[in-house]
Amino acid sequence: MADFHRDSRAPIDPTISTPGREGLTGTAPANLYARTIDREQITIAPDGAPPDMQPAWRQDFPIDWPQDLYVERRDFMKFMVLTSAAFTMGQLWIGVQNWYRKRTAQPPVQRIASVDEVAVGGSIGFTYPNEFEPCLLVRLTTSEFVAFGQKCTHLSCAVIPRPTEGSFHCPCHEGRFDLRTGVPTAGPPRRPLTRIVLELRGQDIFAVGVEERT
Amino acid sequence: MNARARRPFSREQRLTIIQGMLVFVLIVVVLQLWLLTATMNAWLGGDESLVWPAAAASGAGLALNVGLFLYLTRLERTRGGGG
Repeated sequence: MADFHRDSRAPIDPTISTPGREGLTGTAPANLYARTIDREQITIAPDGAPPDMQPAWRQDFPIDWPQDLYVERRDFMKFMVLTSAAFTMGQLWIGVQNWYRKRTAQPPVQRIASVDEVAVGGSIGFTYPNEFEPCLLVRLTTSEFVAFGQKCTHLSCAVIPRPTEGSFHCPCHEGRFDLRTGVPTAGPPRRPLTRIVLELRGQDIFAVGVEERT
Repeated sequence: MNARARRPFSREQRLTIIQGMLVFVLIVVVLQLWLLTATMNAWLGGDESLVWPAAAASGAGLALNVGLFLYLTRLERTRGGGG
């Protein structure tokens, strides 16, 4: 039986009774037209040893490692293309948000407080331009007022004014902003606080605009 | 197209090709990530001039990646299934 599976290229004994000629048509060996295994379909173990030398579990559950390698790279590439599409969608989302932001009307003029309501070094909170945007009005000197959005530019925690230190403090990640300019001076924030444009009309302080800064 | 050009790539060749593609796609994706964070930072800071150019650049990166992916599927189709 073993002789039946011998190399088809080996010379054949022309004797008609030769076991290797069983079932022959003409002079061709029986296994000449047998389905051969594609070289790419031969399983090669990671250690390169022949199948007989592999442990029993690998013989029972052989894995085509080169094919596995190829498929995992192909699938990873598919995932990366999807990631690329997600990033592009993010860019488009920023564009849509930008269009929406430009489309909204100018911020309203809103009275915050009268001058006498804020002591020097003191602060009061208000919302501007809508109820979802908390802001802080700080009186630096008798004649100087500044107002900033209260959201930290790192992760939107509420900043706390510390006039004695000359800064706004973000308790979440120890971020600090200059009290006079709103520029970050320490911690993870990289952008200044949103500045609220103020206008003094008589004894009243009005918010008249919002200034985003980089 | 002659017979030589139609001959499908072997698996080893396709593995090399896909590794090259993967490196390229990864570089583009990292660039897109950087672009997205930079654009978001600029936009939150009030700079709107970057928004659409950055979106166009990111779209170009996506087009490159999708093109490579389509090329890969074409390679596998000529092979008759890539596994």
